[in-house]
Amino acid sequence: MSEPSSSGNGAASEPLLQLESVDTFYGPIHILQGVNLQVRSGELVCLLGGNASGKSTTLKTVLGIVRPRNGTVRFEGEDVTSRSTSYRIGKGIAIVPENRRLFGPMTVLENLQMGAYLQGGGTKEAFDRVYSLFPLLHERRSQLAGTLSGGEQQMVAMGRALMGKPKLLLMDEPSMGLAPILVERSFEIIQQVHESGVAMLVVEQNANVSLSIADRGYVLSTGRLVLEGPAAELREHEDLRKAYLGR
Amino acid sequence: MIATRQQRLGNFAGLGLVLVAWVLYAVYASPTQGWTFFLQLTVNGIILGSIYALIALGYSMVYGILKLLNFAHGDVYMIGSFIGFGVLSVLGGALSPAIPVVLLVLCMFAVAMIGSGVLGLVIERFAYRPLRNAPRIAPLISALGVAFFLENSALLLFGAQYRNYDGYDLISFNGIHIGGPTGVFVSYLGVIVISSSVALMVALVALVRWTRFGKAMRAVSFDREAAAMMGIDPDRVIATTFFVGSALAGAAGVMFGLVYSQIYHLIGFIAGLKGFTAAVVGGIGSIPGAMLGGLLVGMTESWAKGYLNGNVADLVVFGILIGFMLIRPTGLLGTPALQKV
Repeated sequence: MSEPSSSGNGAASEPLLQLESVDTFYGPIHILQGVNLQVRSGELVCLLGGNASGKSTTLKTVLGIVRPRNGTVRFEGEDVTSRSTSYRIGKGIAIVPENRRLFGPMTVLENLQMGAYLQGGGTKEAFDRVYSLFPLLHERRSQLAGTLSGGEQQMVAMGRALMGKPKLLLMDEPSMGLAPILVERSFEIIQQVHESGVAMLVVEQNANVSLSIADRGYVLSTGRLVLEGPAAELREHEDLRKAYLGR
Repeated sequence: MIATRQQRLGNFAGLGLVLVAWVLYAVYASPTQGWTFFLQLTVNGIILGSIYALIALGYSMVYGILKLLNFAHGDVYMIGSFIGFGVLSVLGGALSPAIPVVLLVLCMFAVAMIGSGVLGLVIERFAYRPLRNAPRIAPLISALGVAFFLENSALLLFGAQYRNYDGYDLISFNGIHIGGPTGVFVSYLGVIVISSSVALMVALVALVRWTRFGKAMRAVSFDREAAAMMGIDPDRVIATTFFVGSALAGAAGVMFGLVYSQIYHLIGFIAGLKGFTAAVVGGIGSIPGAMLGGLLVGMTESWAKGYLNGNVADLVVFGILIGFMLIRPTGLLGTPALQKV
């Protein structure tokens, strides 16, 4: 199980997302070192790790905002390593970025439209789906996103990511900066979205909560995957408990 | 948000007080008293100000999206003016136009706007995009280089002599007299300049507020990486912004040629600085601010020419720039300390 190349639960289907021995650099600094990672259709995978372990870089590599020096990124079997970010998003990837990164001086509605930018601003169906998940957003649609509270902004960020009807949703630290009650609510929504059939790759420092809803997990440490396996097994794992779960 | 609104109200109250005091002095106490003289200068100022506003918009849009002061912008305006002149010459000149005048003027605007827009695209692609991740001083120096390059290219291509649009010959020497034959005179040319720049500004506001490109532009201006994460291609949005801003400058160049007749290869330098002043006064990065700043700079220049003399007009305009930098560096409509979420 601590062998990073072995697959978690041995399902036969082709992975939705596959990183193969990815090396990423920021200038001379080696960030990701030979990372192999998979997300299958409909699966919820969490990526754990401390600060500066390369979690966000992994997500940026999936999106193509950071280009790997070696290795390949495959989405639905297609090699997208040299493809642009907008191409990949058009294929069905979306992200809820770290700190949400809403467009503050734009309205909630406009923020949602940006989430469906490649689909021309979103179909009525997409809006209905997002509004039924977050009824508050419909109420606040003409308010400037920058004036919302943290929890409301989290809803906008998730709604925005779902507007393009992604097959794979990346989430970067969804619990960061939220009150504990909102963290719980946030993860309920993540689970709800997951149950609607969207595959997710969730980056978290909060290992307890994320492992409780994930199917599988990976643990990154200074750019290397050090652990991977089914979430239930990871929760019981000696090293992880010591390092992240604090029990 | 509320603080910003209050600050803006304060700015407008201050500006209003200064303007009222100035009007009272100019009309009732200055050596050349009377409303007619004052209003005539104001109208001239609005015509000039419409041109500055169009230049300021390009400055402001590019600053908004790249935080770059595009000092080559004035020279794009100059090239636009020359393109308009070229179209005029090819189609017979002002004195013997080969096609109907309305069509000719439309052609001048269309070709100058497209030509300047394409020039803006080329400048962005080769002078600024390679420096996208360089320290901010690098594209600034590159901008100055482009400015000199354009000025000297125009000198080589067109020579140093003045070219004459003869705009009044082309359109008409007549105009509207408001308040009788001794009242305020607005030439038809002036009416055309004011109305077409208003039309362009309305179109721009609609473009930025309601279209997909406009929203993408605002998103990229606010947070380029987050915009990329939505599937927006920031390079394309930035290039389009350059095209639109440069096209507006090209239109301004044609307007300047029509109203003030004489153009030469250095008109872009001072006009660019005035447009920059207008953008700063209005609040750089703000589109309504650029329009307001343009009008203010144009009117100030016109008043200074009338009540003082032409030699000190620029002194007054740039004095105002310095004053704003000291007292309100964010301008009238700028956003002080924009909060990122």
